[in-house]
Amino acid sequence: MSEHPQTLLTVTGLTRHFGRVVGCEDVGFDLWPGEVLGVVGESGSGKTTLLNCLSGILEPTAGTVSYTDRTGQVQDLYAISEPRRRFLMRTDWGMVHQNPRDGVRMRVSAGANIGERLMAVGARRYGDIRAEAGAWMERVEMDLDRMDDMPRTFSGGMLQRLQIARNLVSKPRLVFMDEPTGGLDVSVQARLLDLLRRLVTDLGLAAVVVTHDLAVVRLLAHRLAVMRRGRVVETGLTDQVLDDPQHPYTQLLVSSVLQT
Amino acid sequence: MRGYNFAYLDEQTKRMIRRAILKAVAVPGYQVPFGSREMPLPFGWGTGGIQVTASIIGADDVLKVIDQGADDTTNAVSIRRFFALTTGVRTTEETAEASIIQTRHRIPEKPLTADQILVYQVPIPEPLRWLEARETETRKMHALAEYGVMHVKLYEDIATHGRIATSYNYPVLVNERHVMAPSPIPKFDNPKMDHMPALQLFGAGREKRIYAVPPYTDVKSLDFEDYPFEKQTWEHACALCGSRDSYLDEVVTDDRGGRMFVCSDTDYCAERRDAGHVGTGAPVTYGADAAE
Amino acid sequence: MYVAVKGGEKAIAAAHRLLAERRRGDRAHPGITLKQIAEQLSLAVDRVMSEGSLYDRELAALAVKQARGDLVEAIFLLRAFRTTLPRFGVTEPLDTGAMRISRRISATYKDLPGSQVLGPTFDYTHRLLDFELAEEGDPNSVSAAGDPGDVDERVPRVVELLDHEGLIEKEEPDDPDRPVGDLTREPLGFPADRDVRLQNLARGDEGFLLALGYSTQRGFGSTHPFAGEIRMGQVSVELVPEELGFAVDIGDLTVTECEMINQFKGSATEPPQFTRGYGLTFGEGERKAMAMALVDRALRCRELGEEPSSPAQDEEFVLYHTDNVEASGFVQHLKLPHYVDFQGELVTVRELRAEARQRKTGT
Repeated sequence: MSEHPQTLLTVTGLTRHFGRVVGCEDVGFDLWPGEVLGVVGESGSGKTTLLNCLSGILEPTAGTVSYTDRTGQVQDLYAISEPRRRFLMRTDWGMVHQNPRDGVRMRVSAGANIGERLMAVGARRYGDIRAEAGAWMERVEMDLDRMDDMPRTFSGGMLQRLQIARNLVSKPRLVFMDEPTGGLDVSVQARLLDLLRRLVTDLGLAAVVVTHDLAVVRLLAHRLAVMRRGRVVETGLTDQVLDDPQHPYTQLLVSSVLQT
Repeated sequence: MRGYNFAYLDEQTKRMIRRAILKAVAVPGYQVPFGSREMPLPFGWGTGGIQVTASIIGADDVLKVIDQGADDTTNAVSIRRFFALTTGVRTTEETAEASIIQTRHRIPEKPLTADQILVYQVPIPEPLRWLEARETETRKMHALAEYGVMHVKLYEDIATHGRIATSYNYPVLVNERHVMAPSPIPKFDNPKMDHMPALQLFGAGREKRIYAVPPYTDVKSLDFEDYPFEKQTWEHACALCGSRDSYLDEVVTDDRGGRMFVCSDTDYCAERRDAGHVGTGAPVTYGADAAE
Repeated sequence: MYVAVKGGEKAIAAAHRLLAERRRGDRAHPGITLKQIAEQLSLAVDRVMSEGSLYDRELAALAVKQARGDLVEAIFLLRAFRTTLPRFGVTEPLDTGAMRISRRISATYKDLPGSQVLGPTFDYTHRLLDFELAEEGDPNSVSAAGDPGDVDERVPRVVELLDHEGLIEKEEPDDPDRPVGDLTREPLGFPADRDVRLQNLARGDEGFLLALGYSTQRGFGSTHPFAGEIRMGQVSVELVPEELGFAVDIGDLTVTECEMINQFKGSATEPPQFTRGYGLTFGEGERKAMAMALVDRALRCRELGEEPSSPAQDEEFVLYHTDNVEASGFVQHLKLPHYVDFQGELVTVRELRAEARQRKTGT
């Protein structure tokens, strides 16, 4: 480990076009260990494209994403081989989808879902895997009795907790979240947000959270990036951006929330 | 047979299959795609094994063909006749005498030697198929050795049944690299594959894949440390030869639960009886289940 | 004393004798000749040639006879024979534009150069059993209804007419020098190119393609098709022998060709235009050619940027399951003994039940 603090993720000139359509354009930022970056904007502003480019799902048209791994080595995400990238994605990183069905194996039990990443990196003691899965169920406040139940028998909020546990079990250093509370009832949302905030703090997780919901970032994010038409128009500390927006688009975004 | 080449296939096709076999031997457990031909026997009835045998057999070979461990099952008879007709080679029912043994669903009980080749007929070569239906995805999983899902399946078994419930076609890890389907042999036979002196070739005709386990190669059945791989055991000995260490078939003797257990490997059983071993010859009754 | 079952050899020989007897039927009636099959059951022969991938009327008739009229079995016989045939060369592409036409219809134009030619079709017959045909011999000795007289001049294809206006996509190979794929030599790989897909469909089971094509019409991956043109007739086969260096006519084939024309709304890079689905069979195989053209178009979703959402658009699903020789073999292999595996399952189930019983009584 390096004694000098190093960025976890360094993003420069990240651009993705779909034919003539711009997904995101010239996005750059640094993310530090333990830091949570919120990315906000309306739908169509390029948030999800950005998230997919950052997380190794979608190859960018231009730009680089560099990640500093546990040994202090800097890895250029789209220059390393596919096996290494996929390995990073399922060990060092986590991905929380808006729809938990995209991130959970619906045909195996909750316990197997949580244990999968452990088995993928070589865990071969059933008892240990189960104990670990149980510990994570408790951490995300799921009922231990439901360990052998199929995901389809779970409510939306529980499924989201399962998806979170399934990601965190490998002790990732960086988690990407796409509207993590979208599609849930307001009361369920509030409890889930509270849980996420505690987990992120307790585990010292770095995260990139994409959302259109300013309440989510106010609670979770240290810093904010505001996106419009594929570009970042304003960045800064969360409170600073939300309480004293500089860019006219950010002002509009903040005021429209305040009015409702 | 008039009008047909030795062993039915033309020499070009045999060379193509031999190249696939060489590649398979070089990368143990890896499934090599090959230009499988239509054979005069139906797909799913051993065309992969037949094409492999046809391309390695020579005039001096001695061929044994078994199905379910027995030489006299109809499909084994049919395949043996096919090769007798198209090659004129000597056939045998004695395991020790054969230089090539083509099999469906069993490995002979008698240990095989370095100068023998075991050819398996394979219906579905892809061990990941039940977890992932798409070939494009399973090939990537093999290429990247992403085998976590195999253990997810075993985990599910234990969580549901308290044990690993797979009884045949039990997946193995070959040469510490490729997960491989051993073909639908009972898991009882899995340990025989490990460090076997004989070359093991696998042919899947319909799915157009060939794979191999070279002699003396590591073949490990997937399991957990605290739920280790176990093979089947029987409470009974073979009713004919008294063997307690062979795979037994269950023969229904009446409609009131009467059963008799006999060796599935008919050659092994006959040899033991010739050497003077005898079983009880009596049926046993399975009533406990029926009475419930 | 129980004795292990023996006698597989004898049983097989006896079964084969019985089969031969059943195939022949009552010997009071004369045996059917290959000529009769080829002439009077010609559509059966056509299907066997198409899906058997071998154009030989006599061998196909023999296969139908030997298979007792079971066409999938006959196709299998022809395929197994095909395996043993040496390969002399690869012919030039068939020029169906130069077809000597026996039938040619278009659903997209009322009249067109070369006109519509109905030809020998079941269309517009009333499907009434004709009891005169039940008579022995040939009751209604057909006067050759003025031979439709094969249309001799070159008849332009409908897609060529649209092509002049630029309304239909160009159909040019990406790389004209790349040899056409051959599934009978190289196993299927994914994603599959169109040449390989078309070969797969041409060899594919008519019933399966018919059902898939039908499903696209009922909303499972709609392609909005029009039957641009269906034509059937004779085409010349030409081969360029290496020694000669020019094409030589080596014979004629009867083929049926279908070109479906489909709506295409256009994409970011392509203006709206019509797209094509293609079907071709040996002999007279109109139903199959049409179904094939529908499925071909559905399978092109990837290259046309359409979201695949239904079975007919799923390349792996379709191409892996078209072949009736493979399918028939694998479905029927369930007849083979599986008692070793079944015994393994029995042992496992008994153990699981014993454990469950123990748990119940133990607590």
